[in-house]
Amino acid sequence: MPSLVGSHTRRQQMQPTQNNQHPSRRHRWHLAEALPWVIAVGAYFVFPDYLAFGTQILITIIFAISLDLILGYAGIVTLGHAAYFGTGAYAAGMLSAHLGWNEPISGLVLAGTAAAVMGWISGLVLLRYRGLALIMLTLATAILLYELANTFEDITGGFDGLLGIHISPLLGKFDNDLWGHNYYWYTLTVLVIVFLAARRVVFSPFGRSLIGIRDNVQRMHAIGTPVYRRLVTIYTISAGLAGIAGGLFAQSNAFVTLDVLGFARSGTILVILILGGTGRLYGAFVGAVVYMVVEDELTKLSPEFWEFGVGLVLVLVVLFARRGLLGFITDMNELMHKARS
Amino acid sequence: MSEFLNVVISIVFDGLAYAMILFIISVGLSVTMGLMGFVNLAHGVFAMAGGYATVAIMSQLGIGFLPALLCAGVAIGVASLVLEQTLYAPLYKAGELDQLLLSIGLVFMASGAFTYFFGPDPISVQIPDYLHGQIDLGVRSFPTYRVFMIAVGIAMALGLWISLERTLIGARIRAAVDNRPMAEAVGINVNRLFKLTFALGSGIAAIGGGLAIDILGLTPNFAIQYLVLFLIVVAVGGLGTIRGTFVAALALGIIDNAGKYLWPEGGAFFIYAVAIAILLWRPSGLFGRTD
Amino acid sequence: MSSTALQTSGLDKNFGALRIARNINFELQRGARHALIGPNGAGKTTLLNLITGVLRPSAGRIQLLGTDITGMGQSKRTRLGLVRTFQINQLFKGLSVLDNVCLAIAERTGVASSLLVPLGHHHQVIDEAMHLLHMLRLDGDAMQLVNQLPYGRQRLLEIVIALGQNPQVLLLDEPAAGVPSAESQLILEVIDSLSDDIAILIIEHDMEIVFRFAKRITVMMTGAILTEGTPNEIAADDRVRAIYLGDY
Repeated sequence: MPSLVGSHTRRQQMQPTQNNQHPSRRHRWHLAEALPWVIAVGAYFVFPDYLAFGTQILITIIFAISLDLILGYAGIVTLGHAAYFGTGAYAAGMLSAHLGWNEPISGLVLAGTAAAVMGWISGLVLLRYRGLALIMLTLATAILLYELANTFEDITGGFDGLLGIHISPLLGKFDNDLWGHNYYWYTLTVLVIVFLAARRVVFSPFGRSLIGIRDNVQRMHAIGTPVYRRLVTIYTISAGLAGIAGGLFAQSNAFVTLDVLGFARSGTILVILILGGTGRLYGAFVGAVVYMVVEDELTKLSPEFWEFGVGLVLVLVVLFARRGLLGFITDMNELMHKARS
Repeated sequence: MSEFLNVVISIVFDGLAYAMILFIISVGLSVTMGLMGFVNLAHGVFAMAGGYATVAIMSQLGIGFLPALLCAGVAIGVASLVLEQTLYAPLYKAGELDQLLLSIGLVFMASGAFTYFFGPDPISVQIPDYLHGQIDLGVRSFPTYRVFMIAVGIAMALGLWISLERTLIGARIRAAVDNRPMAEAVGINVNRLFKLTFALGSGIAAIGGGLAIDILGLTPNFAIQYLVLFLIVVAVGGLGTIRGTFVAALALGIIDNAGKYLWPEGGAFFIYAVAIAILLWRPSGLFGRTD
Repeated sequence: MSSTALQTSGLDKNFGALRIARNINFELQRGARHALIGPNGAGKTTLLNLITGVLRPSAGRIQLLGTDITGMGQSKRTRLGLVRTFQINQLFKGLSVLDNVCLAIAERTGVASSLLVPLGHHHQVIDEAMHLLHMLRLDGDAMQLVNQLPYGRQRLLEIVIALGQNPQVLLLDEPAAGVPSAESQLILEVIDSLSDDIAILIIEHDMEIVFRFAKRITVMMTGAILTEGTPNEIAADDRVRAIYLGDY
């Protein structure tokens, strides 16, 4: 198979870049890490008409980061991550629609908590399985939740959507204005917090042990790692973050439909993360931006072009750039360095 | 006849017809996953392509439904070999994630392509007159097409079962599913064997797709819409077993119908609850190997 | 305190009708230098897997330092001080040499469940890892990825990881097999220099190593213990000689 990443084996291609750095330096900030934040802030001023869309991109980045923690670091392949996004979205939405709890920040915390609890309970069962059985069970669990939400449509609104979400102004001052200015900053702030937390986790000894589990679970048992407990912990954290993304989604749109739990959402977020690159956190940024911008443009042209295009890109990524766009860029960089020296 | 009995018969009968569709389409996937360990989310594409091919062949060549079905089966079976050779084979040794992603990509591509050529709206198929209407089977009358569907499904299951149990090729397939290195060591060319069964499985799925138009409908979204269901049938039955796929299709088909009848709002809920319960109990499926 | 570090009593393992371990009563003393030998398929690795919890026995009990560990999971046994090395490579191939060792040390010291402080701030973990690597002259390779490391050095890393787990009972599965002689000498020197508090069981085919290292030897044959004794007793045993001369 001709591969642009030449000498790498498939297993290596899963590795995040930081593995060859010294553990005492690895967690330090690099200048390049400022780039996404400069872009995010700059986008506010450059694209003032697209802030609502920008907010959706930021939400997707949070969701993709949450998936990266379990897929990219711990190696848990899931086809049902929308279960937790949807739990968060419905939690935030129903708090407002049914209980009149309209304060956004506490609502978001509760959305994350609800999803984390869901992640913890389902994780306790699911993570006893592995391989294909695990994939099928994550898939079936998410669909089960979808069908449940559909069944109790008097509470969830079902296909027609949950109406009556009224979110109060942020901090009592900043409303969700028509142009999405305030919610862009709100979401970006949440993304910063989520990212900092996730970054802490992946560079901690706990995060390193997740990489060990992904790389060689047998050996982790042998060095005394309580593997199952670790996996449940990261699954719970990941679910909580996905729930925060879902909560932001519900608050910013003031609307929730069954889509938030759908298979398409689980599949899409997987594609976005793979496209950007797994096990490196920033893959979530690259994947979400590229995917959503291209989707927006191509769908305007014609939806079937978009569908065909995203499929084709996915096939090409799997065959030729398995480490995602970010991995592809670093590989090209290395090649150029080698060529120069 | 009592009302209750009538309802039970209806549920079982419709469930059976549905189950046969599930079986015919899924059985090839079971072989792909059992023999080559390939997680193929794109299997429904063969069924969808079979449906569109059937309709296209009928209108272009002006032939009837049944001959068109056979032509579609052969055409898709052969076409699937190209796909297998170029895209699947390089990933047999790769991880589940790679296979999963590649096949999701294929589903998207197919969905886009079929929308481009056939439009996004559901299309229907002209089934012959003798399959229309009701047929009296003594106890009561049933829709003829569904009776036909059940008959085809049972015939196919029997045919596959006999050829797997009684022919040399069948014995080789069983050996390869059971213990691939051993099968290779005794000189079975597993790759060639697999290509053959892959084409056969795809062809059968294509026929299933054609047969399903009148019951499930057909849109370019078909492969995505039913992707999960086919996977669940195979996983619940156990990879690489025809008997398992058949039993799983029967169980899930009838449970789904019963659920939708008894509790219309929560209908689809049952099938996934049962699937999860079975997978938790037996992670390798009802008839899968447990090692 | 009893002088027994590890004890198995009446250990059986069946796979269906196949009995791959039969009534194994085995005892490892504290501070022992014990070797387990026997032809291929004798059940040595099966015994190792039963002791470490990879396999569950069909019958019998296992005690580690006075605690019954028969039903205990693999990782829990490790945390009690039961440490093994692997015959075929079971390293973290995508990680650096240093990270491989840090994982083990972080796990032993309980640091590994720390969620929010970077590994780089746990200096004691990295320092200890570097110290151990230095002992086995691997410090120069600390930042190499394991899959770019020569085989002999990977075997050395196996030992470093085991030492990082601070073993009370150390099970070495053919530690020097396939290793170039310079490095195998180093491995043996390190094993010789280990503290007397550690009970060591070595599985080995190389009789030179066995007789150089072991104070006691257990011989296995077709899933059961054939005999046990001092090196001299074993060397004089006709049945053992027969096995190794190949006419048993």
